[in-house]
Amino acid sequence: MIEIHNIHKTFGDKKVLDGVSGVFETGKTNLLLGASGTGKSVLLKCIVGLIKPDLGSVTFDGTYFTNNKLDIRQEIRRKIGMLFQGSALFDSMTVEQNVEFPLKMLTDMNKDERMERVNFCLKRVGLEGANKKMPSEISGGMKKRVGIARAIAPNCTYLFCDEPNSGLDPQTALKIDELIKEITEEYNITTIIVTHDMNSVIEIGDKIFFLYEGKKLWEGTRDEIMDTDIKELNDFIFANRLMRDAKKVEEEEREEEEERLHHQPAAQENNMAPPADTPNEPQPQNPEGPAATTQTGQNQV
Amino acid sequence: MLQSFGKYLLFLQSLFIRKESTKILFGRTIDEAILIGINSIFIVAIVSTFIGAVTCVQVAYNLDNAFIPRSTIGFMVREMTILELAPTITSIVLAGKVGSSIAGGLGTMQITEQVDALEVMGINSASYLVLPKVVAAIMVFPMLVILSMFLSILGGYLAGTISGELTPQEYITGIRDGFIPYNITFALIKSVVFAFLISSISSFRGYNTRGGALEVGAASTSAVTSSVIAILIGDFVLAYVLL
Ligand SMILES: Nc1ncnc2c1ncn2[C@@H]1O[C@H](COP(=O)(O)OP(=O)(O)OP(=O)(O)O)[C@@H](O)[C@H]1O
Ligand SMILES: [Mg+2]
Repeated sequence: MIEIHNIHKTFGDKKVLDGVSGVFETGKTNLLLGASGTGKSVLLKCIVGLIKPDLGSVTFDGTYFTNNKLDIRQEIRRKIGMLFQGSALFDSMTVEQNVEFPLKMLTDMNKDERMERVNFCLKRVGLEGANKKMPSEISGGMKKRVGIARAIAPNCTYLFCDEPNSGLDPQTALKIDELIKEITEEYNITTIIVTHDMNSVIEIGDKIFFLYEGKKLWEGTRDEIMDTDIKELNDFIFANRLMRDAKKVEEEEREEEEERLHHQPAAQENNMAPPADTPNEPQPQNPEGPAATTQTGQNQV
Repeated sequence: MLQSFGKYLLFLQSLFIRKESTKILFGRTIDEAILIGINSIFIVAIVSTFIGAVTCVQVAYNLDNAFIPRSTIGFMVREMTILELAPTITSIVLAGKVGSSIAGGLGTMQITEQVDALEVMGINSASYLVLPKVVAAIMVFPMLVILSMFLSILGGYLAGTISGELTPQEYITGIRDGFIPYNITFALIKSVVFAFLISSISSFRGYNTRGGALEVGAASTSAVTSSVIAILIGDFVLAYVLL
């Protein structure tokens, strides 16, 4: 269980966090929801101690963290797995070495045990066979998955994910969400996920904290989120839904277009055109396209 | 200025608190040493050979006097390269080569949150990343300087004999004349000090990069500038104290 109390953070004269408190329970996937720039990443970094809050405290399972002695903080940090918004893979190491790294540093497993664990983690995120690739050779979505594999490799007690499924196609995004939830429940860890994707909320949000301009405006479960009367949250949900519907229409149109092209053999090479619009994202082939949201463009929310 | 110096001292201190295990640091140091050595050996070789050659030709030009034996040219090439040119010029070249790559590498790691990723794992990123670089530089620079001494004397030999300024025999007599072994020691002390200055200053600049790609470039540039200034000041202080 992670408790945060009255976290404040100001950069220059910009107040980013304005007294955020909350309790993140063990064995639950806790979501920090909010639009871009509301301080979600900053809050996550305050919790793990990468940014020092101006005011406020964080406790991990009853152990005071924020201003505690270095070795106590160090002790707690070794139990933390974190996925960064930009993946933060070590770019001088292969995928395999990236996942192996925390095992090498934090555990006393031997090489065989480590490799077994690495392969297990890579398999869980659906990346078996990518072992020897360098981070510069894999796509953004794959980097995220390697980042998750690296975070879960040393059997962490606390898992932090900063937008684990942004930049992924809807199917993979769903898979990643489910993976995180599974891991959380299986190992009974405390998980905090930063997201601005309502799909994740509906799929895996045990507990949701809605941030707005540095304040926590609402918290509750996914069942409660649809009937709130907080205007900002409703606006957020509405905008998300609009985005999803727009995406849905767009995708349907694209599918129709593709189908049309398939029926005209002469235009065969034109098939190359639609995917070229959407690098990395194989949505057109996605059979359950309409049901799934993508993350593109959501930063405008 | 003074404030940065204070921060630099604190940074140095932070390298030594909560270090990683010696085994891990040792492995990293060897990797870094190989990297520094391989990346710099070519440029050091080229620069040294030419410096030796140019020194020889210029000394020969200035010593156009029948009363001074031609072997003096060899003597002067040796004195100049061993005492000053090999350690200092090599270090200045390495400040450009090694310093910018250290600062660029660490700066990139900083802005892409790789440093944060290390910190979250409970690793002292400064010590893990920087200490091996500093130790590796201290190991490798003296070797490069010895190579540089050798090649600059060879460069002088080639330039002097090919251009016909002096005979091989005269040159060899010259470089053997009145040899003071302490000069080699002094040059190696210099190279160790410069290695420390370059690697730690560049790491400091790189490690404290914040922002984006633009700042990484700026950190590299300032790493080289600060290192070169530090080398020149260090050169003066060492000459004053040790000679
Ligand atoms: N190191 C920093 N220095 C100054 N300002 C910062 C710093 N880090 C974040 N900020 C500011 O804090 C605000 C919140 O940033 P944060 O990264 O937490 O947003 P976010 O909610 O994670 O958004 P997104 O969904 O786009 O990732 C932004 O306005 C940003 O400019
Ligand atoms: Mg963010």
